Amino acid sequence: MARVVVDVMLKPEILDPQGQAVQRALPRLGFEGISDVRQGKRFELEVDGPVDDAALARIHDLAESFLANTVIEDFTVKVESDDVVAGAVK
Amino acid sequence: MTARIGVVTFPGSLDDRDTQRAIRVAGAEPVSLWHKDKDLKQVDAVVLCGGFSYGDYLRAGAIARFSPVMDTVIDQAKAGLPVLGICNGFQILTEAHLLPGGMLGNDHLHFICRDQKLRVENADTSWTSDYAAGQEIHIPLKNMDGRYVADRRTLDELEAEGRVAFRYLDMNPNGSLNDIAGITNAAGNVVGLMPHPEHAVEPLIGTGRTDGLPFFTSILKKLVNA
Repeated sequence: MARVVVDVMLKPEILDPQGQAVQRALPRLGFEGISDVRQGKRFELEVDGPVDDAALARIHDLAESFLANTVIEDFTVKVESDDVVAGAVK
Repeated sequence: MTARIGVVTFPGSLDDRDTQRAIRVAGAEPVSLWHKDKDLKQVDAVVLCGGFSYGDYLRAGAIARFSPVMDTVIDQAKAGLPVLGICNGFQILTEAHLLPGGMLGNDHLHFICRDQKLRVENADTSWTSDYAAGQEIHIPLKNMDGRYVADRRTLDELEAEGRVAFRYLDMNPNGSLNDIAGITNAAGNVVGLMPHPEHAVEPLIGTGRTDGLPFFTSILKKLVNA
């Protein structure tokens, strides 16, 4: 079983007040030197069967029509193997 | 014979009863529609009312847009069926791409609830003909995701074609671009706005004025005279 990750971000030109609120809180927490924060969404899709080109194409369609609203958001689709996921947790 | 106006109830809709009442006060017959039914019961127009359909999960209106009833609403709206989207209904209409642009969280990150002054910018749509262009009205506004956004080209197009139907006056309550409170499609049959005209149809409640009633009398006149 493989995991496909869809990341959705507001388009760069669109104001992100949540990200700004996070950024403004950083100096108070002792984090200096971060000039901008933008907040997005991450979808982790556990795919039954092989993640071939056809499966990726279907996930791309899903992201474009449903997970993201492409009027206001951009998205990326990437495949994550179990090894990579386990490594990231450590 | 009077006009039959459908009001869709989604899981999480809040204002379906108020909207039905407003339709009745205006003299039309409200017809309850259910999100799981593709059948619109041969209504003459549809209102998508306010609330938090599907808990606003994913994005406000994003899941409602794929409900069975919306398949039919989208098809028929493209064929000319009058559709009004109020608040969550407006969000559903942008998610369905029946209206351009999108809706995002208020720029101040808080829920807002206030009597909002608006200017009627377009009194030629199916839902606004009982107003005068330039008329100033007070309508209750209550939302979390009321910030209207669109790219520059879309905004310029809306402005040039007179498709900004309502604009916020005195203050911009949510960071909407160009102070946009509501817009119409090019044909004028699909209108969406954030404020709630159905809460301003009787002097006893809301703003104490009946500034929202013309939405419902506008569509009634159009349908009865058709």
